[in-house]
Amino acid sequence: MSDVPRMNAVSTPLSRLGASFAGSLRPVFLLRESPVGMIGAGIVLGFVILAIFAEFIAPFDPNATMVPFAYPGAEAPEGGIFLLGTDHLGRDILSRIIFGGQRVLFYATAATVAAYVVGILMGLAAGYFRGYLDEILSFVANVILSFPIMVLYVLIIAKVGASGINIIFAVVFASSPGIMRIVRGVTMDIATRDYIAAAQTRGEGPWYIMLMEILPNARGPLIVDFCLRMGYTTITIGALGFLGLGLPPPDPDWGGMITETRAFVSGGFPHMAILPACAVSLLVLGFNLLADGLREVSLKD
Amino acid sequence: MVQLIIRRIGMMILIMLVVALLLFLINEGDPRLIARSILGPYAQDQQLNAWVIENGYDRSVIVRYFEWIGRIFSGDLGDSVIYKRPVSEIFWDRLGNTGILAGVTFVIMVLIALTLGVLAGMKEGSLQDRAISVFSIITTSIPEYASAVFLVGIFVFWLGWLPGTSSMTSGFDPVQMILPVLVLTLYGFGYIARMTRASMAEVMTTPYIRTAVLKGLPYRHIILKHALRNALIAPFTVIMLQINWLLSGVVVTEFAFGYKGFGALLLEAALRRDIFVIEACGVAAVFVAVFTQTVGDLGYTYLNPRIRFK
Repeated sequence: MSDVPRMNAVSTPLSRLGASFAGSLRPVFLLRESPVGMIGAGIVLGFVILAIFAEFIAPFDPNATMVPFAYPGAEAPEGGIFLLGTDHLGRDILSRIIFGGQRVLFYATAATVAAYVVGILMGLAAGYFRGYLDEILSFVANVILSFPIMVLYVLIIAKVGASGINIIFAVVFASSPGIMRIVRGVTMDIATRDYIAAAQTRGEGPWYIMLMEILPNARGPLIVDFCLRMGYTTITIGALGFLGLGLPPPDPDWGGMITETRAFVSGGFPHMAILPACAVSLLVLGFNLLADGLREVSLKD
Repeated sequence: MVQLIIRRIGMMILIMLVVALLLFLINEGDPRLIARSILGPYAQDQQLNAWVIENGYDRSVIVRYFEWIGRIFSGDLGDSVIYKRPVSEIFWDRLGNTGILAGVTFVIMVLIALTLGVLAGMKEGSLQDRAISVFSIITTSIPEYASAVFLVGIFVFWLGWLPGTSSMTSGFDPVQMILPVLVLTLYGFGYIARMTRASMAEVMTTPYIRTAVLKGLPYRHIILKHALRNALIAPFTVIMLQINWLLSGVVVTEFAFGYKGFGALLLEAALRRDIFVIEACGVAAVFVAVFTQTVGDLGYTYLNPRIRFK
């Protein structure tokens, strides 16, 4: 009953958007009840801070070639210490991991957000309008999802070429159908609720209903899926770099660092490839734990 | 049931045709690009045009598409630009190698995943359950290219037990299979284990299990004879879908260990624009993926008596 005055109050779309945004942050505050989720959030936050302040934290220029094949802890000629050693070209590994993290996080976030925008719009349209539109969109999704994902990435990147923007395009193409399926399912469920009928009776347009009424109420599963997908995209960007299809050199990215130096693992310099492998695993673990924590919290809710 | 099978198989064929069309348009949509990739970068415009006409590529895309489908069914996959040999001579060997790698991995991965999933789901919330869950979430977070580096560091560099590559230059060597199989298993088993755990945990709360416990049946007997049968229905679909993921992992793992399988072939072909090899690998990968997905769906329907007898 307490909802009635609020519904009658004049609410501009903007204030409603603000309210739904604040509402969508609620599971994030609840996260402190899940230790696993807190660990994941801590790991992710750590990498985000490293990425934002990379210029100040990294001890060396990531592309400067200094002393090749230095072990962790070796002293640099112009003062300072190579905390994690250097690679075969004499570049400081710690600085490369920090700047590589900046690049990986930037492209993973940009690609995942872009995939979400496309996937959400497709899913809302398919789930709300149903009919032919749904049939067509679902069939397209089925076709794209029937590719083994890495095969699809290799085919796309080999065709359009390896660059940051093309990686974003490939991720949007490959993962928006999965997002669409989730949104479509939730939309079909929510579309039967009374408050949607009320909005329709009020004479609201379909896109207003989809974006302002349905989407905020579908946020629960989407937030969990977003974290998981950030992890997958991190893995994908690393895998493309590893296969030589990733972000162009010489700027560091973790997958590229692994593939450049993995020949030296059995030759006595395992730290060169193992350290970036640890970085990518740790960040993905962070996203997975965060998603697990959020799922746990939302089930309790 | 029969109607469902026919509908699913029809869907499968339709998806295959659309995927094949996409692959064909991407690779052979522009005839001059094919001529360019076959005749090399120094060919003159006239030579390209002559080649296009000589090989019948000046006809419409749709006609060529159906011809191409026909050729695939007759076993002619075209000639490899890099190897200067028919694709089928290279392709089936490579696919067979991947079949061995994926098959061995699949059996080991499913056995480990089901065992751990059942052990975890048997006593939800126990120490055993938590330990298995933490272990599987960590292994799923380590991508193949990272675990390959870790395992090479441990088993090749520090312990010196295993070879670091799996190129099998002097005949088939089972020792060279160990690391690739381990890498694929570690990354892949977690998801199946999680699904099995959830399914098992759900079955354990049902009244018929409680009845069996109260009846005084031995715990082992309850788990193996009563709980497992129902708990393994839901993971069946997940296991079949996992083959799609396994094919993804195969591309990365084969590259990491220099294993001569179809993933490495696809990668090489994609990097060097060997169009007929790309097409063969793409069609094969999607066929395996769509086929296993269909079998997964139909199998689930068949295994679940509530749907089967409707």
